[in-house]
Amino acid sequence: MTQASVEVGQQLPPRTVHVERSSLVRYAGASGDFNPIHWDERFATAVGLPDVIAHGMFTMGAAVQVVVDWLGDAGKVLEYAVRFSAPVPVPHDGGADIEVSAVVKSVDAPARRAVVEITATHAGAKVLTRALATVATD
Amino acid sequence: MPVNAEVEGRTYPPTPPYVVSRAKIRELAEAVGATDPVHTDLEAARSKGYADVVAPPTFLVSVAQQGEAQAILDPEAGIDFSRLVHGEQRFVHHRPAVAGDEITATTRIDRVRQAGGHSMVTMVTEIADGQAAPLCTATSVVVIRGGE
Repeated sequence: MTQASVEVGQQLPPRTVHVERSSLVRYAGASGDFNPIHWDERFATAVGLPDVIAHGMFTMGAAVQVVVDWLGDAGKVLEYAVRFSAPVPVPHDGGADIEVSAVVKSVDAPARRAVVEITATHAGAKVLTRALATVATD
Repeated sequence: MPVNAEVEGRTYPPTPPYVVSRAKIRELAEAVGATDPVHTDLEAARSKGYADVVAPPTFLVSVAQQGEAQAILDPEAGIDFSRLVHGEQRFVHHRPAVAGDEITATTRIDRVRQAGGHSMVTMVTEIADGQAAPLCTATSVVVIRGGE
């Protein structure tokens, strides 16, 4: 992504992240986070959750792909921060969808940097807030 | 039980060295739907100037959490793990992590505060490579829910 082609207010191509129980098992294995609230429905409901919930870090990691795809180089994500504002319950039947969009919030042309704000929602509720990625541009 | 505010400022020993592997990068990339070839294709990574395949932006959380575990398990901190919720996460990458990096994580309890019957603990973890050069600063805020 060249500096000249980045403008404040620019919308990045959105995407829908579909999450199945198997996605969470895969994430658990890849990350080493085997907390049973992410794969055992009986355990999750016993501790007061509506269902198995997605790992917050799964959502954080999946959401930034909107930025990486646009940027064209994952190594140019310099900073990335989120606040986890709501869980994503993942039912056995049908799984769950997370809608991800992003917009360029600011551009620092001399430093060749830009800040992108990511929005991630599930069932109409924001699951990430203050989700900001600082990226390097060419 | 609120978290003991006296542990604020406490730094824990570095974790044992962890070697970032191509296989683990591929697994994590596939798990989060990261399709950039720099994660899985060595030639693609090298053509962009990286020494090896590049870790996705959130890859280092597992290493950071190894450091954080020492704080969470510190008996003097009094953190009830069963009531812990991940509230915030931040990564500042000083350079991208690549396969072959041998890294350690050093966690400091930056802040403990109480609000609304809950405790909020901010942990800052410095991840450094084998030459002790900074790779990433990972900051997390965990919320320990108060009793109902």
